[in-house]
Amino acid sequence: MSAAVIPDMGIVETTVHAVNPWVALAYLVAGICFIFALRGLSNPESSRKGNRFGMAGMAIAVVTTLVTHEIAGIVEILIAIAIGGTIGLVTARRIAMTAMPQLVAAFHSLVGLAAVLVGVAAFLNPEAFGILGGDGNILAVSRIEMALGAAIGAITFSGSVIAFLKLNGSMSGAPILLPARHVINLAVLGGIIVLTALFAMSGAGGPGESPLFWILVALAFAIGFLLIIPIGGADMPVVVSMLNSYSGWAAAAMGFTLHNTAMIVTGALVGSSGAILSYIMCKAMNRSFISVIAGGFGAVAGPEGGAVKIDRPWKAGSAEDAAFLMKQAESVIIVPGYGMAVAQAQHALREMADKLKEHGVSVKYAIHPVAGRMPGHMNVLLAEANVPYDEVFELEDINSEFAQADIAFVIGANDVTNPAAKTDKTSPIYGMPVLDVDKAKTVLFLKRSMGGAGYAGVENELFFRDNTMMLLADAKKMVDGIVKALD
Amino acid sequence: MIGAAFFVGAALASLDRAGGICHRPSQGPARATALLGRTIKQRGAVVDFISILSIFVLACFVGYYVVWSVTPALHTPLMAVTNAISSVIIVGALIASAAAAVPGAKWLGLAAVVLASINIFGGFAVTERMLAMYKKKERPVKPAAPEAGK
Repeated sequence: MSAAVIPDMGIVETTVHAVNPWVALAYLVAGICFIFALRGLSNPESSRKGNRFGMAGMAIAVVTTLVTHEIAGIVEILIAIAIGGTIGLVTARRIAMTAMPQLVAAFHSLVGLAAVLVGVAAFLNPEAFGILGGDGNILAVSRIEMALGAAIGAITFSGSVIAFLKLNGSMSGAPILLPARHVINLAVLGGIIVLTALFAMSGAGGPGESPLFWILVALAFAIGFLLIIPIGGADMPVVVSMLNSYSGWAAAAMGFTLHNTAMIVTGALVGSSGAILSYIMCKAMNRSFISVIAGGFGAVAGPEGGAVKIDRPWKAGSAEDAAFLMKQAESVIIVPGYGMAVAQAQHALREMADKLKEHGVSVKYAIHPVAGRMPGHMNVLLAEANVPYDEVFELEDINSEFAQADIAFVIGANDVTNPAAKTDKTSPIYGMPVLDVDKAKTVLFLKRSMGGAGYAGVENELFFRDNTMMLLADAKKMVDGIVKALD
Repeated sequence: MIGAAFFVGAALASLDRAGGICHRPSQGPARATALLGRTIKQRGAVVDFISILSIFVLACFVGYYVVWSVTPALHTPLMAVTNAISSVIIVGALIASAAAAVPGAKWLGLAAVVLASINIFGGFAVTERMLAMYKKKERPVKPAAPEAGK
């Protein structure tokens, strides 16, 4: 296999990249460290070791670069690293776990912007990057790689900024739909591709010469913005994963420009990681990636907010009722959703679970893949509240257990429990895999109010069932109440 | 395992590019250049491109298998750590800021170094913080007694 993929290497030395083999090896080792970093995440035990591998790989890459290049001003570089490092460490320490989706989006935007800056720097000073051809022009191949790297970086940047604003609540999560947006988007994307080709073929390929490059980068900034504004809050897990993927492809494109193994390997890893996460999220919503990207989901959701009129009877309960029911139960399955994150109810929830365990009740947690605003969001919050990870189960591992459970305790989740996804072919969420909470003997449904439907804008049949008791309150207050009542 | 096999291929390709192994001595670079001038240079660039493309494609396969093996419970740390490692783009930023010839490029490079450093330090630190929170159930004192069901 390996022999087959290696082309004839007889004349490699004639290219501009005369690389010291040890340097190439060092970057390769860094790349392998990054693979181990991801490999470690296959289970929580090995994950910390994996993270150390990642740090080691990064250190190797940075030191190798610094040692093997003639450096005009090492002091400036060290100051730059110190500034960035301090900001990064302080942010990482202070950030609330519930704000993790915003933080990740913000970090993505930084990778994207860094890629743009590096691309522009390569354009202005190609000699330093070893991509200047013999005729004083930047090599055509490098021009394509550079343009792609900068363009993907720019899309990542502006897209992530919008995603950050939406996740942070600084901008409404509702989709913003421009007229003829598909036409505009396709035209802009086409424009970027045409400009890349023109830029590669243009005669004027000298450093900083071609205006095409600047137009291209500007268009890429615009398309990132245009792509994300029509996408609604519930689709953010897909968007965040997708931008994660883009940041990887941007790094890979820059790696091609620099012929740097560490960057190429990392870019490929991150790119496929984000792509796989997007795929998992789309599958968990039974939607195609294209339809998510096209946006607009949840925009046609009828009357929003408390305006929904409900003329069907439902059962409401108090914290005391819920405590009484759960104390009697043998097994309780807790289904957390974004509402738990918003109310910061995870700590109170764990206290409740502890109390229930004292009463001899078995407690488990069931997590839907798209619960929350990013992949694995709920798991992190529960881990933060000291919930042991072996009590937390994924959809396919626990779904069969609802039928035997006495109580399903739904806290801040909605669409992911909606039985309409299984039965109602007209429902927009039909076909989406859902947690079978309706099979539990009793469903306790903790929700802020009966108004506002889920993010998909679909009414949940579950609210009106005989075995459902609605607990209408702020999630944290209600859970605190239940904890008190359990004493 | 498959990933490891793929990676050997990538490793060989990289070594090869660096001039480590399997040269055809009859086509020494100097002679080739003298004979064919720029054509060879172009061809060399193409071969070079293909060799790094192979690394890239193989690394995508490695990524595919490695990421599918990540447990869903750790998907958020996965995003945070991929974020940190994609900041390996700092290598490009360092190269740009190391060269003093074009001041504009240098300052852009330094700005990129700051941004990438935020990500590297922030990304790894926040991943570390998250991973430290994942704990197993505290088993009761007697480790000898096997737990039912688990």
